[in-house]
Amino acid sequence: MLRYVIKRVLYMIPTLFGISLIAFLIIQLPPGDYVTSMVASMQDSGRAIDPAEIARLRTLYGFDDPFYVQYWKWMSGILFRGDFGHSFEWNRPVADLIWERMGSTLGLSLAALLFVWAVALPIGIYSAVRRHSVGDYFFTFLGFIGLAIPNFILALTLMYVSYRYLGQSVGGLFSPQYVDAPWSWDKFVDLLAHVWIPIVVIGTAGTAGLIRILRANLSDELNKPYVITAKAKGLPEHKVVLKYPVRIALNPFVSAIGWVLPELISGVTITAIVLNLPTAGPLLLRALVSQDMYLAGSFILLMGVLTLIGMLVSDILLALLDPRIRYR
Amino acid sequence: MRTHADLTSPIETGPAISPLKPGLTMGSLEAAGQWTLIWHKFVRNKLAVASGILIVIFFLIGLFAEFLAPGLPGTSRPQYTYAPPQTIGLFIEDAAGNRTFQPHVKGYSIEIDPVALRRTFVVDDEAIVPIAFFVGGASYRMWGLFEMDLHLIGPVNPSDPMYLLGTDRLGRDLLSRLIYGTRVSMSIGLIGVIFSLCLGVTLGSLAGFYGGWVDSAVQRTIEVISSMPTIPLWLGLAAAIPLAWSPLQVYFVITLIVSLFGWTGLAREVRGRFYALRGEDFVTAARLDGSSERRLIFCHILPSLTSHILAVVTLAVPTMIVAETALSFLGIGLKAPVVSWGVLLQEAQNVRTIATAPWLLAWPAGAVIVVVLAYNFLGDGMRDAADPYES
Repeated sequence: MLRYVIKRVLYMIPTLFGISLIAFLIIQLPPGDYVTSMVASMQDSGRAIDPAEIARLRTLYGFDDPFYVQYWKWMSGILFRGDFGHSFEWNRPVADLIWERMGSTLGLSLAALLFVWAVALPIGIYSAVRRHSVGDYFFTFLGFIGLAIPNFILALTLMYVSYRYLGQSVGGLFSPQYVDAPWSWDKFVDLLAHVWIPIVVIGTAGTAGLIRILRANLSDELNKPYVITAKAKGLPEHKVVLKYPVRIALNPFVSAIGWVLPELISGVTITAIVLNLPTAGPLLLRALVSQDMYLAGSFILLMGVLTLIGMLVSDILLALLDPRIRYR
Repeated sequence: MRTHADLTSPIETGPAISPLKPGLTMGSLEAAGQWTLIWHKFVRNKLAVASGILIVIFFLIGLFAEFLAPGLPGTSRPQYTYAPPQTIGLFIEDAAGNRTFQPHVKGYSIEIDPVALRRTFVVDDEAIVPIAFFVGGASYRMWGLFEMDLHLIGPVNPSDPMYLLGTDRLGRDLLSRLIYGTRVSMSIGLIGVIFSLCLGVTLGSLAGFYGGWVDSAVQRTIEVISSMPTIPLWLGLAAAIPLAWSPLQVYFVITLIVSLFGWTGLAREVRGRFYALRGEDFVTAARLDGSSERRLIFCHILPSLTSHILAVVTLAVPTMIVAETALSFLGIGLKAPVVSWGVLLQEAQNVRTIATAPWLLAWPAGAVIVVVLAYNFLGDGMRDAADPYES
């Protein structure tokens, strides 16, 4: 088992390297750099700027170095000092800005993952056991709709519905009076009243996908001889289904972390922008628009790392659950 | 001799040269080629066929956008901002109660809310705007080639208001914009998928055919790309597009970005099939016959995958359409003079606007959802039909 884990972790290293390269590429991509745009805006406002000062800034941030030197400076800062670079727009270290936002991103993604599991499990089992029933068709139809509606459209629709029919303030995670209040029961209730919209929005597509997979796996499993034997021996149906086939068909639930997580984090980003939630999404968009590239690149890097860790966890859990994978 | 007679006996040669049974013609399933079998299997899936027809209709709408739209997408009439959708009536009743056939829409009259001083439109039953098919209206250049002013449907008097789906913030006709947007959104899906088809098929077949380090390199690349959350990545790349670029350049770059991440699924599928096929007898036979590797890949293995590739490609299109819509919606995709479904949804960004004019959300969102669903159903149907010899 340990061998498997170590092998799996070592496997992650090239992927991590690839992700960091992509993130750095995004930092480098926009034409010009922060100093050029700063100089331009200062000249617009009529202030002259000393060429020596420009040169000093450029060497300070290393804008004139070749690509790999800049990459190495950025990466070594992160790896050895936890320094993600400097946010030019906020004039603060990037590290100060991202952790809180990444925390809420992770929290929301995990909540959405729990939602996906909690909804997909009963519906998937029902659909597989009662195949081609009215309920099965209903859920299949719902699932297709869930897969087809883009996150942000669903968010806008739910926002409209809750504004129009529930009279609720939408957007954000709290009502205005609770934003800065200390934690209390009322604040928690208020959070629950707000947080269901993003969770439903983010989780819908994943739920629909997982139901389809669970239904297919479980239907295959239910046709196997051992199930027929169990039935022939007179076990009650719920026991036949829950005892063995469901346990085997549960594998996709664990492996789902691997492919649902990128989707969820992706979903959190755009949903948070639409609903104005305090996660990484809105800050990332703002950083990209104002070309505050170290901030934006760090967010993209961390989101990639987060999904990688999710995949690692899912693979290890899967190996724990299913010895066939461990010994392959 | 007995042995010679045995060779020509019906039992031995039966399956290979048996004459058609009476009543069977050459077109029947027993003698049909692979594509005929695939077609038969596909046609049995009614949902997929209906979806295919729907998608063709959407493409036709995009193709003849100028003619089908009642107006131009950019024409704004400030006196009709946020005008609600009209309904088409077929008969007019005059004072004496006689009903005459005259397709029409009802005009608007404006009421000013005395408290909020806000203008609201009410449908004015008195103001009848007669409409007709094939009317002259705003002139346009059909496909940029020749001048025309014929529209499929429109008000008989071009200056009358006819807004079947309502108008937006600047008083632009939503129906016309939606029709022009169909052209951009549908074509982005198509062009994007062609890009990722080239990339996915090339890399997938190389990886599956050669195996070894080529395979691992391609596999790792796919892994890196598919472990990145897509939306942050699209955002990052799209934000780098210089503001000064022309709409056409932006259109192509957005298409490229969208397709850059759509090819991984296709490459995986192609790689897997190549892996399975490269040991097959027909490949070995072709190799022994002296076919070059290029010939093996492109003339022997790839053609046998065409139906599978078509299915995967169809399933990849909706992702591209949604990606473009999301980027444009966030304001870093396609921009103003270009009209796409995402650009239209940009108008419906905050809840107050949606509350005033729900149609600005409903119609473009509806179009996106219908097309995405149709592509999914069509792709599922094609995937099921791709292997006609199964069960």
